[in-house]
Amino acid sequence: MAPSISTFRRAICTRVNASRFLASPSPFRNFSSSTEDSTPFTVDIAVPFKGHKIEPPPQVVETSAKELMTFFKDMSRMRRMEIASDQLYKSKLIRGFCHLYDGQEAVCIGMEAALTREDNIITAYRDHCTYLGRGGTLPEVFSELMGRKDGCTLGKGGSMHFYKKENGFYGGHGIVGAQIPLGVGLAFAQKYEKMKAATFLLYGDGAANQGQLFEALNMAALWDLPAVYVCENNHYGMGTAEWRAAKCPEYYKRGDYVPGLKVDGMDALAVKQAVRFAKEHALSKGPIMLEMDTYRYHGHSMSDPGSTYRTRDEISGVRQERDPIERIRKLILFKEIATVSDLKNIEKEVKKEVEDAVAKAKESSPPDASELFSNVYVKGYGSQVFGCDRKHSTATLS
Amino acid sequence: MRAPPSTVRASKLVTNAVAVKSETASIAATKSGHELLLFEALREGLEEEMERDPRVCVLGEDVGHYGGSYKVTKGLAEKFGDLRVLDTPIAENSFTGMAVGAAMTGLRPIVEGMNMGFLLLAYNQISNNCGMLHYTSGGQFTIPVVIRGPGGVGRQLGAEHSQRLESYFQSVPGLQMVACSTPYNAKGLMKAAIRSENPVILCEHVLLYNLKERIPDEEYVCCLERAELVRPGKDVTILTYSRMRHHVLQAAKSLINKGYDPEIIDIISLKPFDLHTIGNSIKKTHKVLIVEECMRTGGIGASLRASIMDNFWDYLDAPIMCLSSQDVPTPYAGTLEEATVVQPPQIVKAIKQLCG
Repeated sequence: MAPSISTFRRAICTRVNASRFLASPSPFRNFSSSTEDSTPFTVDIAVPFKGHKIEPPPQVVETSAKELMTFFKDMSRMRRMEIASDQLYKSKLIRGFCHLYDGQEAVCIGMEAALTREDNIITAYRDHCTYLGRGGTLPEVFSELMGRKDGCTLGKGGSMHFYKKENGFYGGHGIVGAQIPLGVGLAFAQKYEKMKAATFLLYGDGAANQGQLFEALNMAALWDLPAVYVCENNHYGMGTAEWRAAKCPEYYKRGDYVPGLKVDGMDALAVKQAVRFAKEHALSKGPIMLEMDTYRYHGHSMSDPGSTYRTRDEISGVRQERDPIERIRKLILFKEIATVSDLKNIEKEVKKEVEDAVAKAKESSPPDASELFSNVYVKGYGSQVFGCDRKHSTATLS
Repeated sequence: MRAPPSTVRASKLVTNAVAVKSETASIAATKSGHELLLFEALREGLEEEMERDPRVCVLGEDVGHYGGSYKVTKGLAEKFGDLRVLDTPIAENSFTGMAVGAAMTGLRPIVEGMNMGFLLLAYNQISNNCGMLHYTSGGQFTIPVVIRGPGGVGRQLGAEHSQRLESYFQSVPGLQMVACSTPYNAKGLMKAAIRSENPVILCEHVLLYNLKERIPDEEYVCCLERAELVRPGKDVTILTYSRMRHHVLQAAKSLINKGYDPEIIDIISLKPFDLHTIGNSIKKTHKVLIVEECMRTGGIGASLRASIMDNFWDYLDAPIMCLSSQDVPTPYAGTLEEATVVQPPQIVKAIKQLCG
């Protein structure tokens, strides 16, 4: 049973007074128990779900203090990571393409809350946070982004190629839309192996117009594969707004014969509810399409300023009204689970984590020259490779 | 639709404008011409052709309002309208097919692949429809499309964005393929490709868009089938194209200092090869080094070697040497990526080996 409100109120007053008069945070962790509290309570989901050929799930979702605190910390970590990546890119430590996810954190956090590691997630190139959600660590992320050997793909993949097979994260793909048939394949294997798990295929509003999406959807529906199509609709396909690229920008309806659900993608709890609902559907009835209404603050990639095709007012408006982290912060404060300074401390902790990880990654060395030829084929193939003048053999392809 | 008469520039049209050794010297001497970057040269050529012929149109991702991801089409949508500079959804297979279909009726579309690698999704359209329809229809349909986009290994763009598609397209019958390497030939080849009745693939390179050069003010068109003699010499023929031309030129500085006299030819036309220019050079030097960015297996170098052996075997004093990229997906790490591609010191070493 949850402690009574009056106990909380008294505790808050004590804590506030204490922090006002003490230089350092109060040694009394009055809230340590409540932030770990797993007692469920319900929260209303503000924006109504919209269903296409399906009855939407209820507008109330169960959560707990512990879960909300986890959401807050994890999303803050992701946000900090993306901001650090932005700075590293500008100092030329990260090169090539770098697509940042800040603003969209609620989607991957909500998904992780409703899924297990038996379920698979596959996404495109905006994958840093999704990787973190799937159990990746910050040093692995930064090492990979800087092309060092301790990166998750040994420094050979880069920003667009993060994978973690043991945790069910299948990437990390550069070509728009190409991950969708792969995802349906993952679902096919799950059905083949009779696993009670589903595959969540993430793609954007730009990729929603790819033909291979519909070809794969047809097959998934035909064979009742446990595939859930998740469109992370951030409303812009690089520089092209959704209404300029799609005749029907209501992506949850594009499945036609496949049911769909539109979700407020900036609300982690709504995402959690929808994903749980979708997983049940996929395991019992077949594919379903989710549209997450979300937004990215950065441009498409670091080479895109993001302001030539949308106004700064729009970006700051979304940040003020719909930011996913602020939403959870307000909920935590409203439910009196933690105080403003508690949350600020968490943000400081997370900032330190990220800074430490960056420092650690900077110390890691680039991959060895012999890594150029490793993993082209599976070991033991034995084919020889010559230097480009063909005079001497540089390695055996292994 | 009939083509309108060319009225844009009243000054003399210079065709077959093959660059010769003193090209830059003569332009500097006349103090005419204007300096620009390679992507601006492409845009100039494109704009001139669009003004000249209303059937010329562009389609691709973010070419219109965004101005193109490498700014080649910047400002064109405002000038020519949304239908002539069409922002397509991300559907490469379909919009390439659409371009081929439009060309069958007489339009002259230019398809931009944001990165050449994305056009792999359109391979069927390019190979079967674009390349073959003229033949399979008994000559009824001509497909005057231009398919262009940046390819090649860039700066740590990752494996999927560092493709060299010229090796995949080179065996498709019916296609012509050229690679630009300087602002001068970029503009000339763009214009020639648009005017050609055959489908042409114009290979650009991600790292060459900011090359600066002075090009003539008067209108000129390059020849699609002609190789460019960059530097005449007598010791050895170096055949190269696109970014590798610049690596060769860098190596040449060192070679010339060491007393070698290489003849450098930018082959420009990847399909068909300009065997006339290449052959004349081989008959003079008797030694060949090919420097390419394609992978060793099945690249342009591989085909070129076969062609040279078929035609000029008797003139060769030594086996043809070919420097190509490694047969691996391009890694992200900078040091590894550098090792994948041919670097100037390797070119110097190869010439020393070849010439002694």
